[in-house]
Amino acid sequence: MKANYGYKDGSGDFFISIDTDKCTGCGLCVEACPNGVMTVGEDENDPFSEDEVASVDETERKKIKYTCAPCKGEGKTEPCIKACEPGAINHSW
Amino acid sequence: MTDETKKEEFWRWTEANWKNPDMKLEDLKIITAGIDVGSVSSQAVIVGDGQIFAYGNMRTGSDSPESARNALNYALKDTGLHEDRIDYCIGTGYGRVNVPMADRSITEIACHARGANFIYGPEVRTVLDVGGQDCKAIRCDGRGKVTNFLMNDKCAAGTGRGMEVFADLLSVPITEVGDRSFDIKEEPAPVSSTCVVYAKTEATGLLRSGWEVNEVLAAYCSAMAERIYSLIERIGVQEKFAITGGMAKNKGVINRLMKIMGLEAMKTQWDTQIAGAAGAALFAHTLVERGKGRK
Amino acid sequence: MIVAGIDCGAKNTKTVIMNDKKLLGKGMALTGFDQDKAVEKSLADALDEAGLKIDDIEAIGSTGAGMEDIKDAKVKVNEIKAMAKAANFFFPNARTVTDVGAEMGRAAKINEEGKVEDFAINEKCAAGAGAFIEAMARALEVDLEEMGPMANTSEMAIPMNAQCAIFAESEVVGLIHAKTKKKDISKAIHDAMASRIVSMIRKIGVNKDIVMIGGVGLNPGFVESMRRELDLEKIFIPEDPAYSSAIGAALLTLEEA
Repeated sequence: MKANYGYKDGSGDFFISIDTDKCTGCGLCVEACPNGVMTVGEDENDPFSEDEVASVDETERKKIKYTCAPCKGEGKTEPCIKACEPGAINHSW
Repeated sequence: MTDETKKEEFWRWTEANWKNPDMKLEDLKIITAGIDVGSVSSQAVIVGDGQIFAYGNMRTGSDSPESARNALNYALKDTGLHEDRIDYCIGTGYGRVNVPMADRSITEIACHARGANFIYGPEVRTVLDVGGQDCKAIRCDGRGKVTNFLMNDKCAAGTGRGMEVFADLLSVPITEVGDRSFDIKEEPAPVSSTCVVYAKTEATGLLRSGWEVNEVLAAYCSAMAERIYSLIERIGVQEKFAITGGMAKNKGVINRLMKIMGLEAMKTQWDTQIAGAAGAALFAHTLVERGKGRK
Repeated sequence: MIVAGIDCGAKNTKTVIMNDKKLLGKGMALTGFDQDKAVEKSLADALDEAGLKIDDIEAIGSTGAGMEDIKDAKVKVNEIKAMAKAANFFFPNARTVTDVGAEMGRAAKINEEGKVEDFAINEKCAAGAGAFIEAMARALEVDLEEMGPMANTSEMAIPMNAQCAIFAESEVVGLIHAKTKKKDISKAIHDAMASRIVSMIRKIGVNKDIVMIGGVGLNPGFVESMRRELDLEKIFIPEDPAYSSAIGAALLTLEEA
């Protein structure tokens, strides 16, 4: 499943997408994120799955444009993306 | 298919309950319930052996637990079914954690996909749901399992609330928005501001420069259609395509959206507002079948 | 050399008259739906205060959302550059400057000459602009000017869930119904707004001396929320902060004309 967390508002598109088929639930992204955006737990959109997957914390979903801002900038790679070995995480902006 | 109609307002939907005349309570083995508490409406669906046995659909009150209770009572009314007989109950929707009689909760994304698979049939692949406070775009497989989704509940643009604010600004009853937006000489350019706050300022400017109210409505319906399309585009549209939620009843937006997309939306005999609750009840049925239900 | 700097904001149009680096006069008018009229009025007021006539002005520089429409402007100054120049003029040690206008929020990292090194902008979404506080003031039924002082009398920290101004209006109404005190709601509104602006500043890097320009500098509630969120002792605000960008535009016009 491709899970897109975030939003689109007048100022642009701000989605963090997680490919749950690639995600191993290892939690390295949770450790790497300096702002507590990522979390790991049961796949809440696939009720019959037993595997744990990464997602964007519910309290952050409406403000990632702001929370993730310090990790963005020219020449920077977001730490969550860098930490993800299977390459399951992507930012839309 | 409704036998009771109470009041008609907001998006022309009616509070209604229904019981399946072809199903007999005494024949049922597994009985499950799904309750979807949304920001505007709440639904309860009762599923008997994997088929919809009854449902109730009503406005959400000020408090989620009470809305869940009312919706369930409404669904059970005149069915002869007592709540204690329900084997498993799942809550969904934005108030899903506040459904007191639920054994567990499941996200509205998962429930909508599962419910759409039932009410539109297994060939549905993309579901758009525009509710009072959010917009969801979901892709699913032939079993109703989510393969791709996004949900935008951060921004009011492209939600029922955004349309409501506009209707208020123009003093047009929300139920007239669709018709009046087509009562124009020529289709105007869409309102250019996405943000509802700025779109209001823009609309005020348009009225001052001599636009008719209906033209401003048309410009906003068209902006909303473009906005919703840009959201669906992110996950990609695969046919067949279905629309659920309150906005499905606003043809001012939906007809323009279908024109942009160049395709037709699926039709169903069911009330599309029950998709989420139906999905929840069907999940509950599967859990009971797999022995994971209530002890 | 006598120059005029005109800042055509979404809400107000501000004009300053300067003789080299000395401020001679200033004027402000609501932009409304007729920008030409607002420019004319703010310019007339500024000339009046300076005791000058239109012919005394040697060059006009414009900035702000409507700057392209000012026909007489010799120099059109990018908003970020005007903001940076003004911050450097008032506080030469400043390396970070922020401005929250009616319809946008901006932050820039600047060098010792007031040149822009990096910047961030929020526009087209009211959540990160002055329009957010205005909309909340309407929902609270409190005058905009009272919002800030009111917030500073609160000791509470209530989180706001809604980011969108439209959804936040409903949340504010809900809080009022739940008998939450207006001063506490007002503080929550300013805190929410400040946290968004500070994230934007963090993107370009926070330096010790942070300058805030623009009319929002007159809102003590917002200044206090910003200070808390940045964990600083003080935020530097120039006198008459609403005119800062107009002054920046005038100064750059002096250099370029």
